[in-house]
Amino acid sequence: MDAQTLIARRIALELQDGMLVNLGIGIPTLVAGYVPRDITVFFQSENGLIGTGPIPEGAMAQPRLTDAGGRPVTAIPGACTFDSAMSFGLIRGGHVDMTVLGGLQVDGSGLLANWMIPGKMVPGMGGAMDLVTGARRVVVAMQHTAKGKPKIVERCSLPLTSARPVDLVVTELAVLALRDGRLQLVETAPGVSVEQVLAATEARLDIAPDVRPMALP
Amino acid sequence: MQTTTAEEVAARIPDGASLMIGGFMGVGSPERVIDELVRQGRRDLTVIANDSAVPGVGIGKLVSARALSRLIASHIGLNPETQQQMIAGTMQVDLVPQGTLIERIRSAGCGLGGVLTPTGVGTVVEEGKRRIEVDGKPYLLETALHADFALVQAFMADYLGNLVYALTARNFNPVIALAGRTVVAEVEQIVPIGMIPPDHVVTPAVLVDLLVARG
Repeated sequence: MDAQTLIARRIALELQDGMLVNLGIGIPTLVAGYVPRDITVFFQSENGLIGTGPIPEGAMAQPRLTDAGGRPVTAIPGACTFDSAMSFGLIRGGHVDMTVLGGLQVDGSGLLANWMIPGKMVPGMGGAMDLVTGARRVVVAMQHTAKGKPKIVERCSLPLTSARPVDLVVTELAVLALRDGRLQLVETAPGVSVEQVLAATEARLDIAPDVRPMALP
Repeated sequence: MQTTTAEEVAARIPDGASLMIGGFMGVGSPERVIDELVRQGRRDLTVIANDSAVPGVGIGKLVSARALSRLIASHIGLNPETQQQMIAGTMQVDLVPQGTLIERIRSAGCGLGGVLTPTGVGTVVEEGKRRIEVDGKPYLLETALHADFALVQAFMADYLGNLVYALTARNFNPVIALAGRTVVAEVEQIVPIGMIPPDHVVTPAVLVDLLVARG
């Protein structure tokens, strides 16, 4: 299983029946493909849709029904559409149960940087700052390192997305959960040791007394 | 309401005007009015919108035509030309969190001075802003954002200017319809008065100044 699939499948286990969930672009988008069969989850697209369905087959694409990246999507029965003030009222107001976002850096206290690299890449924060500030649960889906450099660092050198720490970080090596204001190593991926995780991490991690193998469906 | 053409609308928008433009990655943007602004060579525009789409689509056409001197948006990541003009210093780009941007526009349209939002507290977004505590929780004061024109795209209008939107093409459109000093609605179809059930009207006709019929 490749790194992205592993991360997406692990995060899918965090989904619960009836949740309203927002998925960011990149690895987070893949999570929608692994929703457990016995539950119903409503995905929100921040351009104004609850009930995002699968990507339509070519001719079935409706140009006025797209995801936040402008790509055609479908809407499941019971879906609804709304304007951007409603969309961000839902997000900022704590009505979104869980958001899954990509990350550039996460620090040891769970603070996320994911919207710009000064001088290099300035895409803008889009909805990320509102999502991290307002969603009830924030999950980061990202590779553990970038070009060999740890992305889980003692202190973010990149501009922060929010002063609110994230709740869970899932990488291809490990699952880290926020406990008492620090990231704690709680699960390791198949075939990965605690030492390997620590070696690929710059931040000082707390280690759970019972580190488990990564739960996978 | 008398309908007009995209050409006449664009002619009423002077160089240097500020425009709110509906759309999200080009979906729900008034393409015909945008095409006319490009054709008429408008310059030095300030555009307030969610994003700058991609080259060749929606606001991306105005960027390619170098019609903007300033863009206030939440996301420019999918339009490399926006980033190039920003880095070259020919266009000023103000990045605003999406939820904050829409509330600043809504504030202007609703007669509010601004809103208090927790978004951006403790980040670079806070720089130069007032932090206000309410019940012990910190918020940023984000002020109202006005514009000379709002360029709205809608699915359907009646001849009074009541507007109905389609699916995710709604996005910023109903909110900017409150906030522009002159509100232009470019619609896909116009139906007789009475054909849109009152419950289905999203933007009341009183907000719309100019109605652009299908070209």
